[in-house]
Amino acid sequence: MNHAMTTQQLTALLPLILATLTTVVVMLTIAFKRQHRLVAAMTVIGLNLALLSLGPVLLAANGEPIELTPLLIVDGYAIFYMGLLLVTALGVLTLCHAYFEGYAGNREELYLLLAMATLGALVMACSRHFASFFIGLELLSIPLYAMVAYPVRDSRALEGGMKYLVLSGAASAFMLFGIALLYAETGALGFAEIAAKLSAGRPGILLAGAAMILSGVAFKLSAVPFHLWTSDVYEAAPAPVSAFLATVSKAAMFVVVYRLFVNIGLFRHPLALDALTWVAVASMVVGNLLALRQDNVKRILAYSSIAQFGYLLVALVASGGRATEAAGIFLLTYIVTALGVFGVMTLVSSPMKDRDVEHIEQLRGLFWKRPYLSSIMTTMLLSLAGIPLTAGFVGKFYLISVGVDTRQWLLMGAVVAGSAIGLYYYLRVMIMMFQPIPVRERVSEPLNWVQQSGGAMLMAAMALVLVLGVYPEPFLQLIRSATLALR
Amino acid sequence: METNLAPVTNATILVWLLFLPFLGGWLSWQAERYSRTLPRWIALFTMLTVLGISLWLWFTGDYSLGTPSTTPQWALQYKAEWIPSFGISFHLGLDGLSLLLVILTNLLGVMAIGCSWREIDRYVGFFHLNLMWNLAGVVGVFLALDMFLFFFFWEMMLVPMYFLIALWGHSMPGGKSRIYAATKFFIFTQFSGLIMLLAILALVFLHHQGTGVWSFGYMDLLSTAQGLDPKIAWWLMLGFFIAFAVKMPIVPFHTWLPDAHGMAPTAGSVDLAGILLKTAAYGLLRFGIPFFPEASRDFAPVAMSFAVLGILYGAVVAFSQTDIKRLIAYTSISHMGFVVLGIYAGTTEALQGVVIQMIAHGLSAGALFILCGEIYERLHTRDLTKMGGLWARLPYLPPIMLFFSAASLGLPGLGNFVGEFLILTGSFKVAPLFTVLSATGLILAAVYSLILVQKAFHGKPRDDGHGAHLEDLSKRELAMMGLLMALLLGIGLYPQPVLNTSATAMKTVELQYQPAAATAALSAPAP
Repeated sequence: MNHAMTTQQLTALLPLILATLTTVVVMLTIAFKRQHRLVAAMTVIGLNLALLSLGPVLLAANGEPIELTPLLIVDGYAIFYMGLLLVTALGVLTLCHAYFEGYAGNREELYLLLAMATLGALVMACSRHFASFFIGLELLSIPLYAMVAYPVRDSRALEGGMKYLVLSGAASAFMLFGIALLYAETGALGFAEIAAKLSAGRPGILLAGAAMILSGVAFKLSAVPFHLWTSDVYEAAPAPVSAFLATVSKAAMFVVVYRLFVNIGLFRHPLALDALTWVAVASMVVGNLLALRQDNVKRILAYSSIAQFGYLLVALVASGGRATEAAGIFLLTYIVTALGVFGVMTLVSSPMKDRDVEHIEQLRGLFWKRPYLSSIMTTMLLSLAGIPLTAGFVGKFYLISVGVDTRQWLLMGAVVAGSAIGLYYYLRVMIMMFQPIPVRERVSEPLNWVQQSGGAMLMAAMALVLVLGVYPEPFLQLIRSATLALR
Repeated sequence: METNLAPVTNATILVWLLFLPFLGGWLSWQAERYSRTLPRWIALFTMLTVLGISLWLWFTGDYSLGTPSTTPQWALQYKAEWIPSFGISFHLGLDGLSLLLVILTNLLGVMAIGCSWREIDRYVGFFHLNLMWNLAGVVGVFLALDMFLFFFFWEMMLVPMYFLIALWGHSMPGGKSRIYAATKFFIFTQFSGLIMLLAILALVFLHHQGTGVWSFGYMDLLSTAQGLDPKIAWWLMLGFFIAFAVKMPIVPFHTWLPDAHGMAPTAGSVDLAGILLKTAAYGLLRFGIPFFPEASRDFAPVAMSFAVLGILYGAVVAFSQTDIKRLIAYTSISHMGFVVLGIYAGTTEALQGVVIQMIAHGLSAGALFILCGEIYERLHTRDLTKMGGLWARLPYLPPIMLFFSAASLGLPGLGNFVGEFLILTGSFKVAPLFTVLSATGLILAAVYSLILVQKAFHGKPRDDGHGAHLEDLSKRELAMMGLLMALLLGIGLYPQPVLNTSATAMKTVELQYQPAAATAALSAPAP
């Protein structure tokens, strides 16, 4: 194979190169001048350039997948998700800026970590080889340990970071072991190569390998029974970092795993699918049930994200065909919604204080004080609950349609039951914001959040949630054309 | 992507019917910043306009629509592409049945705004936003001819109703909170709704399998559904039935209703009893029965036993209530039992009776809830044991309440009598046993209605610290009551205009439901 890069391949690498450059530039900027706003701006510019470079990539690809070494592939699927991940990372960035303004220590390194983690997510989106998969995963995870524990003087955050480090390390080890087993049997690490050599391997060992990989994946997606870290870490981490965990980190994992499922038939072995079905059912039911008795909104959202990824696993079980679209539309709606909901939690806690606003009682009467913010929160919660007019309904509708199409009645039953249970806590948080409060407290708080970039981002997220809910057609078309590669 | 339909002439008026309440609701929310009464006037004006439009449609339109056949026909339609990749369109259609229910919705909407004029004093604009969006959602349910659109509205009316109960409701002292009731209502209906969504999607996929076309269109799915394998049809029918049974509500799925009514503000109760419950009956008439006629016929004995159970259980439980609003809530369960009986009997008489019963019950239950609200405003209690002797303290309210109680027990001359009479005569031919059992419900109705009047109004006047003479109904309230009384009398004495309007639609349902009757009717010479 000729390993000299063509212009086309170099163009396809642009987003990754630019994201890498961003980390270098941000690091150097911090070394020369420590200023919060400047560093944030550098990161935003860098990631925006990476986002813009998707344009040339799209032109260069011209509908065909571009293979970059055996490790990476840039096809429509990868381009779409790189765009989605970059936009999400930028959304989290705007939240970070508002939030860490109040942090007393060094604020600048957070942006370095965030840019690196985003780079890892991008690598995962393009990965077609276990080596790049694992590199991307670690590049995403390691900065996250530091981000969770970023307020180092806060023992809670440190504890959360520690917990995430240890458990995530264990999960990575599992995954490595699984990869090693597959390698031992097939002698290959590329997805396609493994798929071609599956028949040579012993089924028992192959399945064991797949199971170990899946358990590592399930940990990152916080699927039951690998979910135990989720609520503690989400609660301990600074609100915008929780947002990153719930969106970019999970989505990147799902994107590469979906590719894995479509490419390697081993993962669609009946045993694997059965196991995955039960993991999905358990995630929906347990995630929703555990959220019922919580009073901490961040914990509620953590459990809610467990349940939401349980719904998404329906697409994984069905993998191929319309499921690819369904996964795309559900991830899109979920990310926008999660970004919105964590965004509101961030902004009510901004600038950062000793402790985030997170107890449900602290939201009492928010609507009469900050009507815009709580309208956004209401929309987002309804979207998470899957009520029409919001994006969440379209996502869930698409997933259910795939489930009905492939006749997964057990999963569908769990989706229905999970949605009904979930309503309880979504409504509980929502109505708390509308509770009457004494008139003298009913003054509008300063509206300066709208001017801040975080507020603007949230407004955009809310608009997107409504547009997706009312007129999803353009998005469906976009995702359909983007995911043709993996149907 | 509907294949078997002639091109549609778009009637924009249907869109206005839907869109105006949304707009009005939003405007009155915004108007709250400027004045406290402006939102009310905007809301009232909007609903009067929409009511005017729907009445105009009634007076100018022809709803006989040619000879009835098994294919439904529409007087007006509106269709636009919405989500073409799934074959989803924004398709509205109006026939006699939907027109009558739209009129009822808008009329009760006006009443709901009227009766909140003094009751609601917190967050007035936001209240009207919720009320109007709820009404718009209900109108959408009555007009939708695309299953996705139908489901969209079906779910969309829940959120505003949830807010109405949770924010402006009354928590029972020492009892459960209004948020509990609102959440229960939401979860019950959402859960059953999702089951219906599964059934709808299964139907869509079967249609796709059969024809290769994605479509959520009513007429497309109608043809697919009627040719289904009986076993599949049975399951899908059940999916639809559960959603409608919860909303109707049919005992044993009813437990959300008394709680919701007990806590809801007056306007919310009027809305719930008068309109929301009717969406379930409408759903059965429009979708449940026509989609799965054979499965429904097999299921009829079960459904009818539920109906009888509901009639008797609702009446007996109503009798033992001390909370006046819960009492009326249980009477609603009893009355809706008749509706279920009539629907599953499926003869034209019974179905026409169902239409009359829905309208008459909407008016009488609405009025009773408004009167409960008035009593509560004066006495600050809804406990029947703490009332008594009101006849002496109020000149107008007690006799008016007596009138509506009499309507509710089925006094001849009033609308409810016509409805129940038609349902019972229509059902007797088909299911004599169930009909006889249901008819005993009429006796129980007399018992609970009279006990209500007796406990609340007769006996010695109480000294409860509100003075010997209470402030009576204002002119606004009297006008509202007068109108409702006149309408009930009108329907009771001369129901023909209503019957004519819904005749074709109901005949169509009958023909779909009973192919045997259909062939007989078609071969017999027209009278």
